[in-house]
Amino acid sequence: MISVKNISKKFGKLQVLKDFNLEFQLGNSYALMGPNGSGKTTIIKTILGMVMPDSGEILVKGQPIKGSHSYRQDIGYMPQIGRYPSNMKIGQLFSMMKDMRPEIKNYDLDLVEAFELDQMKDKAMGTLSGGTRQKVSAALAFLFSPDILILDEPTAGLDPIAVEILKAKIKKERIAGKLILITSHIMSDLEELTNQAVYIFEGEVYFNDTIESLKEITGEDRFSPAIAKLMQWTLKKKATKREMSHVETT
Amino acid sequence: MLKLLKYALYDILKSRFAMIYTVFMILVAVSIYQVSDDLSKVSLSLMNIMIMIVPLISAVFATTHFYNNLEFIELMLAQPVKRSHVFLSQLLAVILMLSLSILIGFGLPMLLWGADSSLVTLLGVGVILSAVFAGFAFLASVLTRDKAKAIGISLGLWIYFSLVYDGFVLYLIYSFADYPLEKVTLGLVMLNPVDLGRILMLMQLDISALMGYTGAFFQQFFNSSMGILVAGGTLFIWVLWPNLLAMRVFKKRDF
Repeated sequence: MISVKNISKKFGKLQVLKDFNLEFQLGNSYALMGPNGSGKTTIIKTILGMVMPDSGEILVKGQPIKGSHSYRQDIGYMPQIGRYPSNMKIGQLFSMMKDMRPEIKNYDLDLVEAFELDQMKDKAMGTLSGGTRQKVSAALAFLFSPDILILDEPTAGLDPIAVEILKAKIKKERIAGKLILITSHIMSDLEELTNQAVYIFEGEVYFNDTIESLKEITGEDRFSPAIAKLMQWTLKKKATKREMSHVETT
Repeated sequence: MLKLLKYALYDILKSRFAMIYTVFMILVAVSIYQVSDDLSKVSLSLMNIMIMIVPLISAVFATTHFYNNLEFIELMLAQPVKRSHVFLSQLLAVILMLSLSILIGFGLPMLLWGADSSLVTLLGVGVILSAVFAGFAFLASVLTRDKAKAIGISLGLWIYFSLVYDGFVLYLIYSFADYPLEKVTLGLVMLNPVDLGRILMLMQLDISALMGYTGAFFQQFFNSSMGILVAGGTLFIWVLWPNLLAMRVFKKRDF
């Protein structure tokens, strides 16, 4: 469904993605993990076409995304920090987004209703709290029932009730056979919502397989310690790499 | 595209800035009309104010607008719309707002107290200068990642075209006063949209005689159909290139 092929990206001198390869299949739910600054958001923004890769290509539904814009119709994106025009009202924002996709007539209003956004539709986006803005982002991502859902830290900043509502919605969409991509630092959420684990470290994929095999490889039977172990390994590998290069130079 | 423009315009026309700018233009025009009854004096005074103010306001406003709307731009880029349409809608909204302010601010008093051809040229030059400097501002904005830096570049361009360039031309004319310089000055004028606008205006008034032999040469050139075509074409190029270049950069920019 989404193929990321040999993507490299530099921001100035900082190499964020190095010859990055990944496949995302429909019907699976992926947990995109990695320490801060490992390139998770960059890879998501590259898939969305907001960041232009230096080399490599990305295919969505078999079509290269370069120069195309219609593929974004199939993607619902919930950004890490939702930033909206401050003097636009919630209602206007929703009608504008609907206007952007005129061919879609059936809206998925589950989250709009669950978060009670209808009652607030005359509030300006600038006056909303961070959590409410997250609710708006989430409702917008699911509004057009897209095949692909990309959720960047979806539960951060939400209150416990909202988190449960959102998680239930994600599970429902997962059962419906959508492709879901989630980044998060909350391991329990990821374990609940995903079946595939992708671990990124310094712009490279270190692990990409099912969560079961991750547990098997690390010898842990719970998700969180398994990931912790994986992180330790990557750090060690980095250390050995450095030692090796040191040996080579001397 | 039109949908995007609709939402961008909706946002910008509601802003406090659009109101203040229009009221300011009205106040300037009304006060100058009150001071003098002579239309050519009115248009000369209005021109002197406009040629300084309009590029400055356009440059600063367009830059701040781009950075204040970065969130909106990012939101649009994740939607199934073309990048060039996102850019054009923002740019056109800014140019339309700036032009409307001039047309209303200067146009209303003109309707009330009368206008001649020079005042109509004034409106046209105002709209063109707004578009040129909005283009420079967007170019500065897409090339930088920092609002302060972008405003700095826009202001720098304004200072260059409004003040520094004229100093340079004057210095050249004084240094080479012994040589025939009409054609050189004409060429130099083409390289500065602000000067080009000013000359186009001055040619409508009968004061070009004050400018000596060069003035007479200019008068002859700009009153021929060839001259108008060249001047209009050059201004058109000045509107196009910063805007198109900014769009090219925007299409490849990371957000």
